[in-house]
Amino acid sequence: MSRHTLSVLVENKPGVLARVSALFSRRGFNIDSLAVGQTEHDDISRMTIVVNVEELPLEQVTKQLNKLVNVLKIVELDPAQCVQRELMLIKVKADAENRSSVLELVQLFRARCVDVAADAVTIEVTGTTDKLDAFVKVLEPFGIKELVQSGMVAIGRGARSITDRSLRALDRTA
Amino acid sequence: MTERMTGAQALVRALEHVGVDTVFGIPGGAILPAYDPLYDSTKVRHVLVRHEQGAGHAAEGYAQATGRVGVCMATSGPGATNLVTPLADAYMDSVPIVAITGQVASKAIGTDAFQEADISGITMPITKHNFLVTDPADIARTIMEAFHIASTGRPGPVLVDISKDALQAETTFSWPPVMQLPGYRPVTRPHSKQIREAAKLIAEARRPVLYVGGGVNKAGAAPELRRLAELTEIPVVTTLMARGTFPDSHPQHLGMPGMHGTVAAVGALQKADLLIGLGVRFDDRVTGDLETFAPYAKVVHADIDPAEISKNRHADVPIVGDCKEVIGDLIAAIEGSDQRGDYSAWWTLLNGYKETYPLGYDDYDDGSLAPQYVIERLGAIVGPDAFYVAGVGQHQMWASQFVKYERPGSFINSGGAGTMGFAVPAAMGAKMGRPESTVWAIDGDGCFQMTNQELATCALEGVPVKVAIINNGNLGMVRQWQTLFYDQRYSNTDLQSVRRIPDFVKLAEAYGCVGLRCERPEDVDAIIEKAMEINDVPVVIDFVVHADAMVWPMVAAGTSNDDIKIARDMAPTWENEDE
Repeated sequence: MSRHTLSVLVENKPGVLARVSALFSRRGFNIDSLAVGQTEHDDISRMTIVVNVEELPLEQVTKQLNKLVNVLKIVELDPAQCVQRELMLIKVKADAENRSSVLELVQLFRARCVDVAADAVTIEVTGTTDKLDAFVKVLEPFGIKELVQSGMVAIGRGARSITDRSLRALDRTA
Repeated sequence: MTERMTGAQALVRALEHVGVDTVFGIPGGAILPAYDPLYDSTKVRHVLVRHEQGAGHAAEGYAQATGRVGVCMATSGPGATNLVTPLADAYMDSVPIVAITGQVASKAIGTDAFQEADISGITMPITKHNFLVTDPADIARTIMEAFHIASTGRPGPVLVDISKDALQAETTFSWPPVMQLPGYRPVTRPHSKQIREAAKLIAEARRPVLYVGGGVNKAGAAPELRRLAELTEIPVVTTLMARGTFPDSHPQHLGMPGMHGTVAAVGALQKADLLIGLGVRFDDRVTGDLETFAPYAKVVHADIDPAEISKNRHADVPIVGDCKEVIGDLIAAIEGSDQRGDYSAWWTLLNGYKETYPLGYDDYDDGSLAPQYVIERLGAIVGPDAFYVAGVGQHQMWASQFVKYERPGSFINSGGAGTMGFAVPAAMGAKMGRPESTVWAIDGDGCFQMTNQELATCALEGVPVKVAIINNGNLGMVRQWQTLFYDQRYSNTDLQSVRRIPDFVKLAEAYGCVGLRCERPEDVDAIIEKAMEINDVPVVIDFVVHADAMVWPMVAAGTSNDDIKIARDMAPTWENEDE
């Protein structure tokens, strides 16, 4: 199995997320991570879907996704040619005694402290999955009280945009 | 053209504009506003069925008999959920239907209102696409989009759910609306490079087979198929969904492949060095165990749905396109080349299979009826111009095996979903779509008891279908599996029809149909001929047949096609492999 990152451009309409996620479960694929949000175009949403599958089933799920009427375009992003980011918020036990140790790690990982209480700090950190995993590991000894993380978002490097052509398709129907 | 009207009027007007002449349905609370203007329509005939499932299958029968989109209509909640089975059926068999359902008022959606069901959510995995419309201004455009999606590319069912307030509110109607489907672009033109590759493989092959599926008939490509087959002299097998697409009488036809296919068709696939799959999906009922399916064959796979290609079996040459264009281009490519395959040794082998292992069945010494005999005589007497509509089970397989199909689309049945109860309502729909044709439902006694209420609709609406019940008193196919795989423990397959509960003749008469019964081989012809003479009301014949008849040949589920049996514990003898 290997991880694949799919960028899926969809029409910004109600129910589209349900169609996409239902298709994955119906065809027997597990989604590792899914992030969805608007793009530079109001009518288009972009989903970043990380799946853990072999090459052949990936082709099958991509073809099935393409058949959804609300799906405009699917691009598999090459990890070497794209920027991938996840966002994590972590609430860590930290009192006056060890707070500075925690803050030192925050600096090292270029994270940010977004809230401080007497016996805890809340930290915001972005990065790749590997970086976030490493960060969680070093914080664990302090005691993690709560953790929340976003799905991965990713964008290709360079000047090319995957939305250009889909926008033109939308303009033609408008 | 711009006019003020209600959403309901816009709906009916849109249906008229897209060319709908028949709608099968049942009214109810949420869809009621639509039924009022429908009452006035002179172009759209609404057929009041007795169960929404009947409406859905009738729409499927209509669609398959006419090639046009079938339409069914139901109210919210249970009305809509009763359409689930036909929608799933149409999805599996790629039948173009549009289902229109009423939904509770938009402000009540999500409140568990009376007769509320999330039908667009429920049908998401069993429709090609569906819509929930809550703005009357969207109704006309959505109807146009629904018909476009249902009938183009790989056909399939589309559901349009319309809230009651959208039907009641005023809107501005204009026609034609502009469709907004930026993500829907089916590919119909095959890639010329792939066509050349396919033509090259065909010329190089020694043992090719044209593996023909439902997509060829849906593309209207039966004439092209025949030209391709005769040009190349390649043997043809037609799947359950393609029966009639290539004439059964044609010497190049080997019959149906698959679980109950002929030895020649199954053997051809297993021994082939090239499969030319046209509008097929390598369904498990055709391939048997995939690992051992057609082990020597390269695969050319043409289908309009890219997701079918290499889904189950890797395609060496994938061709995405409409089968009419694909086959047309293949013919041109082959005609343009002087390289021709030599298949004489292949034909010697296959003709050997055909002669040694023809389809057959046993008669019974006790004078009881063999079901296969009934169906064989029905096909012979009624002839190839009729439509034959089957349910699901033993009778369906025999209808595929023992009626000789010469005409594309003349066999209508539930293939992929295997929906018992399909035949009677689908036959009604087919007859309404093609009133000049004779339509026979070949049904089992189990299937018939699931949907026979539509005989009332047939009798009242003047739809003189003919129904042959192959009554073996059992859920026959399930019983066959119990005989073969469950030690003859007949758990819950005996319908006890020998007690004549119900009495199918009386039941037919109660529905205003003519009821006939046949129990002896010597009466079969006369009773079929009598039924053929009755053309003003539906006719039901109760053929009481032997309960122990089984469908042969058979490839047991999950086993290899190589292990096909021609009767219990009897396997054909294959030639030695050359390679």
